[in-house]
Amino acid sequence: MSAEILKVSGLATSYGKIEALKGVDLRVESGKVTCLLGPNGAGKTTLMMTIAGILQARRGSILLEGKQLVGLSPANIVTQGVALVPENRLVFPQMSVRENLLAGAYQRNDKVGIAGDIERMYTRFPRLRERSEQLAGTLSGGEQQMLAVARALMSRPRLLLMDEPSLGLAPMVVADIFRIISELNRDGTSIFLVEQNAHMALQVAHHFYLMEQGKVTFDGTPGELAEDEVIQRAYLGTSRRSDP
Amino acid sequence: MDFYLGLIQIIGVHTLLGLSAYCVLQTGQVSLAQAGFFAIGAYVAGMLTVLGHWPLIPALIVAAVLGGATACAVGFPALRVKGLMLVVATTAFGEAVRLFFFNFNYQLERGELKIGPHGGEGFRQIRYFPENGWSTLEVAIFIWVIVVIVMAALWWMDRTRAGAVLRAVGQDEFASQSSGINITAVKVTAMTVGGVIAGIGGGLFAHYTTHIEHVQFGVALASFAIAYPILGGLSNVFGTLIAVIFIQGFLIEGLRFMGDWRNLLFGGLIVLAMNVRPRGLIDENTSALFKRALWPRKDRAGA
Repeated sequence: MSAEILKVSGLATSYGKIEALKGVDLRVESGKVTCLLGPNGAGKTTLMMTIAGILQARRGSILLEGKQLVGLSPANIVTQGVALVPENRLVFPQMSVRENLLAGAYQRNDKVGIAGDIERMYTRFPRLRERSEQLAGTLSGGEQQMLAVARALMSRPRLLLMDEPSLGLAPMVVADIFRIISELNRDGTSIFLVEQNAHMALQVAHHFYLMEQGKVTFDGTPGELAEDEVIQRAYLGTSRRSDP
Repeated sequence: MDFYLGLIQIIGVHTLLGLSAYCVLQTGQVSLAQAGFFAIGAYVAGMLTVLGHWPLIPALIVAAVLGGATACAVGFPALRVKGLMLVVATTAFGEAVRLFFFNFNYQLERGELKIGPHGGEGFRQIRYFPENGWSTLEVAIFIWVIVVIVMAALWWMDRTRAGAVLRAVGQDEFASQSSGINITAVKVTAMTVGGVIAGIGGGLFAHYTTHIEHVQFGVALASFAIAYPILGGLSNVFGTLIAVIFIQGFLIEGLRFMGDWRNLLFGGLIVLAMNVRPRGLIDENTSALFKRALWPRKDRAGA
Protein backbone atom coordinates (compact mmCIF):
# COMPACT_ATOMS: atom_id res chain seq x y z
CA MET A 1 0.00 0.00 0.00
CA SER A 2 1.28 3.42 -0.90
CA ALA A 3 1.39 6.43 1.42
CA GLU A 4 -1.85 8.11 2.30
CA ILE A 5 -2.39 11.86 2.02
CA LEU A 6 -5.71 11.92 3.86
CA LYS A 7 -6.97 9.66 6.60
CA VAL A 8 -10.48 10.07 7.96
CA SER A 9 -11.40 8.06 11.03
CA GLY A 10 -14.58 7.80 13.06
CA LEU A 11 -15.86 11.03 11.57
CA ALA A 12 -19.33 12.17 12.63
CA THR A 13 -21.09 15.37 11.58
CA SER A 14 -24.58 16.49 12.52
CA TYR A 15 -27.10 19.04 11.36
CA GLY A 16 -28.73 19.84 14.68
CA LYS A 17 -29.96 16.48 15.99
CA ILE A 18 -29.72 14.71 12.66
CA GLU A 19 -26.49 12.82 12.27
CA ALA A 20 -25.43 12.92 8.61
CA LEU A 21 -22.09 11.16 9.07
CA LYS A 22 -22.11 8.28 11.53
CA GLY A 23 -18.48 7.39 11.95
CA VAL A 24 -16.81 7.44 8.54
CA ASP A 25 -13.43 5.79 7.98
CA LEU A 26 -11.57 6.14 4.72
CA ARG A 27 -8.21 7.02 3.26
CA VAL A 28 -7.03 8.83 0.14
CA GLU A 29 -3.77 7.56 -1.27
CA SER A 30 -1.12 10.02 -2.27
CA GLY A 31 -0.92 10.64 -6.00
CA LYS A 32 -4.08 8.64 -6.72
CA VAL A 33 -7.70 9.33 -7.59
CA THR A 34 -10.08 8.07 -4.91
CA CYS A 35 -13.78 8.07 -5.66
CA LEU A 36 -16.74 8.13 -3.31
CA LEU A 37 -20.00 6.78 -4.69
CA GLY A 38 -23.37 6.86 -3.03
CA PRO A 39 -27.02 7.75 -3.42
CA ASN A 40 -28.47 11.18 -2.74
CA GLY A 41 -28.61 11.95 0.96
CA ALA A 42 -25.84 9.49 1.83
CA GLY A 43 -23.70 12.28 3.30
CA LYS A 44 -21.13 12.63 0.51
CA THR A 45 -21.35 16.43 0.32
CA THR A 46 -21.43 16.63 4.12
CA LEU A 47 -18.16 14.67 4.18
CA MET A 48 -16.56 17.00 1.64
CA MET A 49 -17.67 20.08 3.55
CA THR A 50 -16.44 18.64 6.83
CA ILE A 51 -13.01 17.91 5.36
CA ALA A 52 -12.92 21.48 3.97
CA GLY A 53 -13.79 22.84 7.43
CA ILE A 54 -17.03 24.47 6.38
CA LEU A 55 -18.97 22.09 8.62
CA GLN A 56 -17.67 21.17 12.05
CA ALA A 57 -17.09 17.53 12.91
CA ARG A 58 -18.73 16.30 16.08
CA ARG A 59 -16.37 13.35 16.55
CA GLY A 60 -13.45 11.75 14.82
CA SER A 61 -10.37 12.95 13.07
CA ILE A 62 -9.20 14.08 9.64
CA LEU A 63 -5.46 13.78 9.16
CA LEU A 64 -3.69 15.38 6.22
CA GLU A 65 -0.30 13.68 6.10
CA GLY A 66 -0.58 13.25 9.85
CA LYS A 67 -1.74 16.80 10.60
CA GLN A 68 -5.13 17.17 12.27
CA LEU A 69 -7.58 19.26 10.19
CA VAL A 70 -10.56 19.07 12.56
CA GLY A 71 -10.99 22.45 14.25
CA LEU A 72 -9.10 24.46 11.63
CA SER A 73 -10.91 27.25 9.76
CA PRO A 74 -11.75 26.70 6.07
CA ALA A 75 -9.12 29.28 5.10
CA ASN A 76 -6.51 27.53 7.20
CA ILE A 77 -7.31 24.18 5.62
CA VAL A 78 -6.70 25.68 2.18
CA THR A 79 -3.33 26.89 3.52
CA GLN A 80 -2.55 23.29 4.48
CA GLY A 81 -2.99 22.32 0.83
CA VAL A 82 -6.58 21.13 0.48
CA ALA A 83 -8.92 22.82 -2.03
CA LEU A 84 -12.58 22.07 -2.62
CA VAL A 85 -14.42 22.36 -5.92
CA PRO A 86 -17.94 22.71 -4.51
CA GLU A 87 -21.03 20.96 -5.78
CA ASN A 88 -22.88 22.97 -8.44
CA ARG A 89 -19.62 24.77 -9.26
CA LEU A 90 -20.48 28.03 -7.44
CA VAL A 91 -18.37 30.41 -9.47
CA PHE A 92 -18.70 34.11 -8.65
CA PRO A 93 -21.27 35.01 -11.32
CA GLN A 94 -20.86 38.79 -11.47
CA MET A 95 -17.09 38.67 -11.71
CA SER A 96 -14.96 38.08 -14.77
CA VAL A 97 -13.20 34.77 -15.30
CA ARG A 98 -9.87 36.40 -14.47
CA GLU A 99 -11.22 37.90 -11.24
CA ASN A 100 -12.57 34.49 -10.23
CA LEU A 101 -9.06 33.09 -10.60
CA LEU A 102 -7.58 36.01 -8.65
CA ALA A 103 -10.02 35.37 -5.80
CA GLY A 104 -8.80 31.76 -5.74
CA ALA A 105 -5.27 33.04 -5.13
CA TYR A 106 -6.37 34.93 -1.99
CA GLN A 107 -3.78 33.28 0.23
CA ARG A 108 -0.80 33.96 -1.99
CA ASN A 109 1.32 37.06 -2.21
CA ASP A 110 3.67 36.30 -5.09
CA LYS A 111 2.37 38.47 -7.92
CA VAL A 112 4.60 36.83 -10.51
CA GLY A 113 3.64 33.33 -9.40
CA ILE A 114 -0.07 34.17 -9.53
CA ALA A 115 0.22 35.64 -13.02
CA GLY A 116 2.15 32.55 -14.10
CA ASP A 117 -0.49 30.24 -12.64
CA ILE A 118 -3.30 32.13 -14.38
CA GLU A 119 -1.38 31.67 -17.62
CA ARG A 120 -1.04 27.93 -16.87
CA MET A 121 -4.80 27.69 -16.22
CA TYR A 122 -5.47 29.36 -19.56
CA THR A 123 -3.18 26.85 -21.28
CA ARG A 124 -4.92 23.94 -19.60
CA PHE A 125 -8.39 25.39 -20.17
CA PRO A 126 -8.21 27.35 -23.46
CA ARG A 127 -11.89 28.26 -23.25
CA LEU A 128 -11.17 30.26 -20.12
CA ARG A 129 -8.56 32.33 -21.97
CA GLU A 130 -11.13 33.15 -24.66
CA ARG A 131 -13.61 34.17 -21.98
CA SER A 132 -11.08 35.88 -19.69
CA GLU A 133 -12.95 39.19 -19.40
CA GLN A 134 -16.45 37.71 -19.59
CA LEU A 135 -18.66 37.52 -16.49
CA ALA A 136 -18.52 34.00 -15.07
CA GLY A 137 -22.32 33.83 -14.82
CA THR A 138 -22.57 33.96 -18.62
CA LEU A 139 -20.41 30.84 -19.15
CA SER A 140 -21.90 27.47 -20.05
CA GLY A 141 -22.17 24.80 -17.35
CA GLY A 142 -19.06 23.00 -18.57
CA GLU A 143 -17.04 26.20 -18.73
CA GLN A 144 -18.17 27.10 -15.22
CA GLN A 145 -17.00 23.71 -14.00
CA MET A 146 -13.60 24.27 -15.64
CA LEU A 147 -13.45 27.67 -13.95
CA ALA A 148 -14.35 26.19 -10.56
CA VAL A 149 -11.54 23.64 -10.97
CA ALA A 150 -9.08 26.31 -12.12
CA ARG A 151 -10.05 28.57 -9.22
CA ALA A 152 -9.40 25.75 -6.75
CA LEU A 153 -6.04 25.00 -8.39
CA MET A 154 -4.97 28.64 -7.90
CA SER A 155 -4.25 27.82 -4.25
CA ARG A 156 -1.79 25.11 -5.44
CA PRO A 157 -3.43 22.28 -3.51
CA ARG A 158 -1.80 18.92 -2.86
CA LEU A 159 -5.23 17.38 -2.39
CA LEU A 160 -8.15 18.41 -4.57
CA LEU A 161 -11.67 17.62 -3.34
CA MET A 162 -14.24 17.52 -6.13
CA ASP A 163 -17.93 17.31 -5.31
CA GLU A 164 -19.88 15.84 -8.24
CA PRO A 165 -18.10 17.65 -11.05
CA SER A 166 -20.30 15.98 -13.68
CA LEU A 167 -23.57 17.18 -12.14
CA GLY A 168 -25.98 18.48 -14.77
CA LEU A 169 -23.46 18.46 -17.63
CA ALA A 170 -23.83 16.99 -21.11
CA PRO A 171 -22.05 13.62 -21.71
CA MET A 172 -19.47 15.24 -24.01
CA VAL A 173 -18.60 17.78 -21.36
CA VAL A 174 -18.48 15.11 -18.66
CA ALA A 175 -15.89 13.23 -20.71
CA ASP A 176 -13.89 16.45 -20.92
CA ILE A 177 -14.01 16.93 -17.16
CA PHE A 178 -12.83 13.38 -16.52
CA ARG A 179 -9.99 13.81 -19.00
CA ILE A 180 -8.91 16.85 -16.97
CA ILE A 181 -9.18 14.90 -13.72
CA SER A 182 -6.78 12.25 -14.97
CA GLU A 183 -4.43 14.92 -16.38
CA LEU A 184 -4.33 16.72 -13.04
CA ASN A 185 -3.67 13.44 -11.30
CA ARG A 186 -0.87 12.58 -13.71
CA ASP A 187 0.71 15.94 -12.86
CA GLY A 188 0.86 14.87 -9.22
CA THR A 189 -2.30 16.15 -7.52
CA SER A 190 -4.08 13.67 -5.27
CA ILE A 191 -7.81 13.75 -5.93
CA PHE A 192 -10.79 12.80 -3.80
CA LEU A 193 -13.84 12.72 -5.99
CA VAL A 194 -17.54 12.41 -5.20
CA GLU A 195 -19.48 11.01 -8.14
CA GLN A 196 -22.77 9.44 -9.06
CA ASN A 197 -21.57 8.61 -12.56
CA ALA A 198 -19.89 5.31 -11.69
CA HIS A 199 -19.10 4.47 -15.31
CA MET A 200 -17.00 7.55 -15.84
CA ALA A 201 -15.42 7.24 -12.40
CA LEU A 202 -14.32 3.67 -13.17
CA GLN A 203 -12.11 5.03 -15.94
CA VAL A 204 -10.08 7.38 -13.73
CA ALA A 205 -10.27 6.24 -10.11
CA HIS A 206 -7.78 3.92 -8.42
CA HIS A 207 -9.87 3.20 -5.39
CA PHE A 208 -13.57 3.29 -4.54
CA TYR A 209 -15.71 3.83 -1.50
CA LEU A 210 -19.45 3.53 -1.34
CA MET A 211 -21.35 5.47 1.25
CA GLU A 212 -24.93 4.88 2.35
CA GLN A 213 -26.81 6.64 5.12
CA GLY A 214 -23.74 8.21 6.65
CA LYS A 215 -21.55 5.09 6.63
CA VAL A 216 -18.98 3.54 4.33
CA THR A 217 -20.44 0.27 3.05
CA PHE A 218 -17.92 -0.70 0.37
CA ASP A 219 -14.18 -0.26 0.08
CA GLY A 220 -12.31 -1.71 -2.85
CA THR A 221 -10.48 -1.47 -6.14
CA PRO A 222 -12.20 -0.77 -9.47
CA GLY A 223 -12.08 -4.49 -10.23
CA GLU A 224 -13.82 -5.40 -6.99
CA LEU A 225 -16.34 -2.64 -7.58
CA ALA A 226 -17.25 -3.90 -11.03
CA GLU A 227 -17.75 -7.41 -9.64
CA ASP A 228 -19.90 -6.42 -6.70
CA GLU A 229 -23.41 -7.48 -7.52
CA VAL A 230 -25.26 -4.87 -5.48
CA ILE A 231 -23.20 -2.06 -6.96
CA GLN A 232 -23.62 -3.46 -10.44
CA ARG A 233 -27.35 -3.34 -10.13
CA ALA A 234 -27.60 -0.01 -8.31
CA TYR A 235 -24.87 2.02 -10.00
CA LEU A 236 -23.58 0.45 -13.15
CA GLY A 237 -26.87 -1.02 -14.33
CA THR A 238 -28.89 2.16 -14.11
CA SER A 239 -26.25 4.45 -15.45
CA ARG A 240 -25.54 2.24 -18.47
CA ARG A 241 -28.70 3.54 -20.13
CA SER A 242 -27.50 7.14 -20.02
CA ASP A 243 -24.00 6.21 -21.11
CA PRO A 244 -23.23 7.39 -24.66
CA MET B 1 -23.18 81.00 -7.43
CA ASP B 2 -22.70 80.19 -3.75
CA PHE B 3 -25.81 78.05 -3.93
CA TYR B 4 -24.25 75.85 -6.59
CA LEU B 5 -20.92 75.72 -4.77
CA GLY B 6 -22.80 74.69 -1.64
CA LEU B 7 -24.53 71.96 -3.61
CA ILE B 8 -21.20 70.79 -4.99
CA GLN B 9 -19.88 70.54 -1.42
CA ILE B 10 -22.93 68.55 -0.34
CA ILE B 11 -22.55 66.19 -3.28
CA GLY B 12 -18.87 65.71 -2.48
CA VAL B 13 -19.44 64.86 1.16
CA HIS B 14 -22.40 62.60 0.42
CA THR B 15 -20.31 60.81 -2.19
CA LEU B 16 -17.81 59.99 0.56
CA LEU B 17 -20.67 58.75 2.74
CA GLY B 18 -21.98 56.63 -0.12
CA LEU B 19 -18.51 55.24 -0.88
CA SER B 20 -18.10 54.19 2.74
CA ALA B 21 -21.22 52.06 2.35
CA TYR B 22 -20.01 50.94 -1.11
CA CYS B 23 -16.99 49.22 0.46
CA VAL B 24 -19.14 47.32 2.92
CA LEU B 25 -21.80 46.45 0.33
CA GLN B 26 -19.13 44.91 -1.90
CA THR B 27 -18.85 42.13 0.67
CA GLY B 28 -22.62 41.64 0.66
CA GLN B 29 -23.21 43.30 4.02
CA VAL B 30 -25.90 45.94 4.52
CA SER B 31 -24.67 48.28 7.24
CA LEU B 32 -26.73 51.10 8.68
CA ALA B 33 -23.82 52.08 10.92
CA GLN B 34 -22.16 54.36 8.38
CA ALA B 35 -23.96 57.45 9.73
CA GLY B 36 -22.51 56.59 13.14
CA PHE B 37 -18.93 56.59 11.81
CA PHE B 38 -19.76 59.80 9.93
CA ALA B 39 -20.97 61.38 13.20
CA ILE B 40 -17.81 60.32 15.03
CA GLY B 41 -15.70 61.88 12.27
CA ALA B 42 -17.75 65.09 12.41
CA TYR B 43 -17.54 65.57 16.18
CA VAL B 44 -13.91 64.53 16.50
CA ALA B 45 -12.63 66.72 13.66
CA GLY B 46 -14.77 69.64 14.86
CA MET B 47 -13.50 69.39 18.42
CA LEU B 48 -9.90 69.19 17.31
CA THR B 49 -10.04 72.34 15.18
CA VAL B 50 -12.32 74.34 17.49
CA LEU B 51 -11.16 73.31 20.97
CA GLY B 52 -7.67 72.11 20.14
CA HIS B 53 -6.86 74.68 17.42
CA TRP B 54 -5.55 71.92 15.22
CA PRO B 55 -5.11 72.51 11.51
CA LEU B 56 -7.78 70.81 9.43
CA ILE B 57 -5.80 68.06 7.74
CA PRO B 58 -4.39 66.43 10.90
CA ALA B 59 -7.89 66.71 12.42
CA LEU B 60 -9.32 64.87 9.42
CA ILE B 61 -6.65 62.19 9.73
CA VAL B 62 -7.58 61.61 13.38
CA ALA B 63 -11.27 61.53 12.39
CA ALA B 64 -10.45 58.92 9.73
CA VAL B 65 -8.44 56.79 12.15
CA LEU B 66 -11.15 56.92 14.84
CA GLY B 67 -13.89 56.22 12.30
CA GLY B 68 -11.93 53.21 11.06
CA ALA B 69 -11.07 51.96 14.55
CA THR B 70 -14.71 52.15 15.64
CA ALA B 71 -15.82 50.37 12.47
CA CYS B 72 -13.26 47.64 13.07
CA ALA B 73 -14.42 47.20 16.67
CA VAL B 74 -18.08 47.15 15.59
CA GLY B 75 -17.27 44.83 12.68
CA PHE B 76 -16.11 41.85 14.73
CA PRO B 77 -19.28 41.27 16.74
CA ALA B 78 -21.71 42.69 14.17
CA LEU B 79 -20.49 40.61 11.24
CA ARG B 80 -21.23 37.40 13.08
CA VAL B 81 -24.83 38.03 12.09
CA LYS B 82 -26.14 38.29 8.57
CA GLY B 83 -28.86 39.88 6.49
CA LEU B 84 -31.68 41.51 8.42
CA MET B 85 -30.00 40.79 11.76
CA LEU B 86 -26.99 42.79 10.65
CA VAL B 87 -29.26 45.65 9.58
CA VAL B 88 -30.83 45.66 13.05
CA ALA B 89 -27.47 45.41 14.83
CA THR B 90 -25.87 48.22 12.82
CA THR B 91 -28.96 50.43 13.17
CA ALA B 92 -28.74 49.95 16.92
CA PHE B 93 -25.09 50.98 16.85
CA GLY B 94 -25.84 54.07 14.73
CA GLU B 95 -28.58 55.13 17.14
CA ALA B 96 -26.28 54.53 20.11
CA VAL B 97 -23.72 56.89 18.57
CA ARG B 98 -26.40 59.49 17.90
CA LEU B 99 -27.72 59.27 21.47
CA PHE B 100 -24.19 59.50 22.81
CA PHE B 101 -23.78 62.86 21.08
CA PHE B 102 -27.26 63.86 22.24
CA ASN B 103 -25.93 63.57 25.81
CA PHE B 104 -22.37 64.62 25.12
CA ASN B 105 -21.43 67.87 26.84
CA TYR B 106 -17.89 69.15 26.61
CA GLN B 107 -17.65 72.92 26.58
CA LEU B 108 -14.72 75.19 27.24
CA GLU B 109 -14.77 78.88 28.22
CA ARG B 110 -13.37 81.02 25.47
CA GLY B 111 -13.62 84.64 26.66
CA GLU B 112 -17.29 85.29 27.18
CA LEU B 113 -18.33 82.39 24.99
CA LYS B 114 -18.66 78.74 25.79
CA ILE B 115 -17.70 76.56 22.88
CA GLY B 116 -17.84 72.86 22.16
CA PRO B 117 -20.48 70.14 21.87
CA HIS B 118 -23.49 70.98 23.99
CA GLY B 119 -25.72 67.92 24.12
CA GLY B 120 -29.03 68.24 22.38
CA GLU B 121 -28.33 71.76 21.27
CA GLY B 122 -25.49 70.56 19.15
CA PHE B 123 -22.02 71.82 18.41
CA ARG B 124 -22.00 75.36 17.02
CA GLN B 125 -19.31 77.63 15.70
CA ILE B 126 -17.11 75.20 13.83
CA ARG B 127 -15.61 78.18 12.05
CA TYR B 128 -12.32 76.85 10.76
CA PHE B 129 -12.98 77.81 7.13
CA PRO B 130 -14.20 81.40 7.67
CA GLU B 131 -11.57 82.06 10.35
CA ASN B 132 -8.82 81.00 8.00
CA GLY B 133 -10.26 82.97 5.11
CA TRP B 134 -11.27 80.05 2.87
CA SER B 135 -13.75 81.04 0.19
CA THR B 136 -16.68 78.75 -0.65
CA LEU B 137 -14.93 77.87 -3.89
CA GLU B 138 -11.74 76.88 -2.09
CA VAL B 139 -13.70 74.71 0.32
CA ALA B 140 -15.49 73.03 -2.58
CA ILE B 141 -12.18 72.36 -4.31
CA PHE B 142 -10.64 70.98 -1.10
CA ILE B 143 -13.58 68.61 -0.60
CA TRP B 144 -13.40 67.42 -4.17
CA VAL B 145 -9.66 66.81 -4.06
CA ILE B 146 -10.35 64.40 -1.22
CA VAL B 147 -13.32 62.84 -3.03
CA VAL B 148 -11.18 62.27 -6.12
CA ILE B 149 -8.37 60.71 -4.07
CA VAL B 150 -10.81 58.33 -2.36
CA MET B 151 -12.54 57.46 -5.64
CA ALA B 152 -9.21 56.83 -7.37
CA ALA B 153 -8.07 54.61 -4.50
CA LEU B 154 -11.28 52.56 -4.61
CA TRP B 155 -11.20 52.42 -8.43
CA TRP B 156 -7.69 51.03 -8.21
CA MET B 157 -8.70 48.59 -5.46
CA ASP B 158 -11.63 47.32 -7.55
CA ARG B 159 -9.17 46.35 -10.23
CA THR B 160 -6.77 44.44 -8.00
CA ARG B 161 -7.03 41.09 -6.30
CA ALA B 162 -8.33 42.82 -3.15
CA GLY B 163 -11.38 44.00 -5.08
CA ALA B 164 -11.97 40.55 -6.53
CA VAL B 165 -11.80 39.05 -3.05
CA LEU B 166 -14.28 41.60 -1.63
CA ARG B 167 -16.79 40.90 -4.37
CA ALA B 168 -16.22 37.16 -4.10
CA VAL B 169 -17.33 37.28 -0.46
CA GLY B 170 -20.34 39.38 -1.47
CA GLN B 171 -21.41 36.96 -4.17
CA ASP B 172 -20.97 33.61 -2.49
CA GLU B 173 -19.66 33.14 1.03
CA PHE B 174 -19.57 29.37 0.77
CA ALA B 175 -17.58 29.38 -2.47
CA SER B 176 -15.27 32.03 -0.99
CA GLN B 177 -14.58 29.83 2.00
CA SER B 178 -13.78 26.87 -0.20
CA SER B 179 -11.38 29.09 -2.14
CA GLY B 180 -9.54 29.71 1.10
CA ILE B 181 -10.81 33.25 1.69
CA ASN B 182 -10.96 34.24 5.35
CA ILE B 183 -14.38 35.84 5.14
CA THR B 184 -14.35 37.38 8.62
CA ALA B 185 -11.06 39.15 7.90
CA VAL B 186 -12.36 40.39 4.55
CA LYS B 187 -15.63 41.70 6.00
CA VAL B 188 -13.94 43.45 8.93
CA THR B 189 -11.38 45.02 6.58
CA ALA B 190 -14.14 46.31 4.30
CA MET B 191 -15.97 47.68 7.34
CA THR B 192 -12.79 49.39 8.56
CA VAL B 193 -12.08 51.00 5.20
CA GLY B 194 -15.72 52.13 5.12
CA GLY B 195 -15.29 53.62 8.60
CA VAL B 196 -12.18 55.54 7.52
CA ILE B 197 -13.99 57.05 4.54
CA ALA B 198 -17.08 57.90 6.60
CA GLY B 199 -14.86 59.52 9.24
CA ILE B 200 -13.24 61.79 6.63
CA GLY B 201 -16.66 62.61 5.16
CA GLY B 202 -18.02 63.48 8.60
CA GLY B 203 -15.03 65.70 9.34
CA LEU B 204 -15.58 67.66 6.14
CA PHE B 205 -19.31 67.85 6.79
CA ALA B 206 -18.80 69.42 10.24
CA HIS B 207 -16.59 72.12 8.77
CA TYR B 208 -18.70 73.26 5.88
CA THR B 209 -21.99 73.25 7.80
CA THR B 210 -20.30 74.89 10.88
CA HIS B 211 -23.08 73.55 13.10
CA ILE B 212 -23.73 69.91 13.81
CA GLU B 213 -26.26 68.23 16.06
CA HIS B 214 -27.32 64.68 16.76
CA VAL B 215 -30.50 64.68 14.63
CA GLN B 216 -28.44 65.06 11.47
CA PHE B 217 -26.88 61.62 12.00
CA GLY B 218 -30.02 59.54 12.36
CA VAL B 219 -31.46 56.61 10.46
CA ALA B 220 -32.33 58.89 7.51
CA LEU B 221 -28.67 59.63 6.87
CA ALA B 222 -27.77 55.95 7.30
CA SER B 223 -30.42 55.05 4.72
CA PHE B 224 -29.03 57.60 2.28
CA ALA B 225 -25.57 56.08 2.77
CA ILE B 226 -26.66 52.67 1.54
CA ALA B 227 -29.17 54.05 -0.99
CA TYR B 228 -26.43 55.76 -3.03
CA PRO B 229 -24.35 52.70 -3.90
CA ILE B 230 -27.41 50.44 -4.24
CA LEU B 231 -29.15 52.88 -6.57
CA GLY B 232 -25.93 53.64 -8.44
CA GLY B 233 -24.78 50.07 -8.79
CA LEU B 234 -21.86 48.21 -7.28
CA SER B 235 -19.84 47.60 -10.42
CA ASN B 236 -17.73 50.71 -9.90
CA VAL B 237 -17.37 53.90 -7.88
CA PHE B 238 -19.00 56.13 -10.48
CA GLY B 239 -22.37 54.52 -9.79
CA THR B 240 -22.33 55.97 -6.28
CA LEU B 241 -21.31 59.41 -7.56
CA ILE B 242 -24.08 59.44 -10.15
CA ALA B 243 -26.65 58.32 -7.60
CA VAL B 244 -25.59 61.16 -5.26
CA ILE B 245 -25.93 63.68 -8.08
CA PHE B 246 -29.31 62.18 -8.97
CA ILE B 247 -30.62 62.28 -5.40
CA GLN B 248 -28.98 65.44 -4.01
CA GLY B 249 -28.81 67.44 -7.21
CA PHE B 250 -31.94 66.43 -9.04
CA LEU B 251 -34.43 64.97 -6.56
CA ILE B 252 -33.71 67.27 -3.61
CA GLU B 253 -32.62 70.52 -5.24
CA GLY B 254 -33.99 70.17 -8.78
CA LEU B 255 -37.51 69.34 -7.66
CA ARG B 256 -37.67 72.02 -4.97
CA PHE B 257 -40.19 73.99 -7.07
CA MET B 258 -42.72 71.21 -6.50
CA GLY B 259 -43.07 72.09 -2.81
CA ASP B 260 -44.63 69.41 -0.68
CA TRP B 261 -45.12 67.11 -3.65
CA ARG B 262 -41.39 66.67 -3.87
CA ASN B 263 -41.11 64.11 -1.09
CA LEU B 264 -43.79 61.97 -2.67
CA LEU B 265 -42.16 62.09 -6.07
CA PHE B 266 -38.76 61.51 -4.49
CA GLY B 267 -39.63 58.05 -3.23
CA GLY B 268 -41.52 57.23 -6.39
CA LEU B 269 -38.60 58.13 -8.65
CA ILE B 270 -36.16 56.01 -6.64
CA VAL B 271 -38.53 53.05 -6.90
CA LEU B 272 -38.87 53.69 -10.63
CA ALA B 273 -35.09 53.91 -11.10
CA MET B 274 -34.57 50.64 -9.24
CA ASN B 275 -37.17 48.93 -11.41
CA VAL B 276 -35.77 50.19 -14.68
CA ARG B 277 -32.20 49.43 -13.63
CA PRO B 278 -32.38 46.63 -11.06
CA ARG B 279 -28.60 46.25 -10.78
CA GLY B 280 -28.06 49.99 -10.32
CA LEU B 281 -27.78 52.98 -12.61
CA ILE B 282 -24.34 51.81 -13.71
CA ASP B 283 -24.35 48.02 -13.74
CA GLU B 284 -21.75 45.54 -15.00
CA ASN B 285 -23.02 45.76 -18.57
CA THR B 286 -22.88 49.54 -18.65
CA SER B 287 -19.32 49.58 -17.40
CA ALA B 288 -18.37 46.91 -19.94
CA LEU B 289 -19.92 49.13 -22.63
CA PHE B 290 -17.84 52.12 -21.50
CA LYS B 291 -14.73 49.98 -21.35
CA ARG B 292 -15.26 48.87 -24.94
CA ALA B 293 -15.89 52.44 -26.08
CA LEU B 294 -12.82 53.81 -24.31
CA TRP B 295 -10.30 51.03 -24.90
CA PRO B 296 -11.45 49.20 -28.02
CA ARG B 297 -8.06 47.81 -28.94
CA LYS B 298 -7.31 46.28 -25.56
CA ASP B 299 -10.64 44.50 -25.68
CA ARG B 300 -9.88 42.96 -29.04
CA ALA B 301 -6.51 41.78 -27.79
CA GLY B 302 -8.20 40.09 -24.86
CA ALA B 303 -10.67 38.25 -27.08
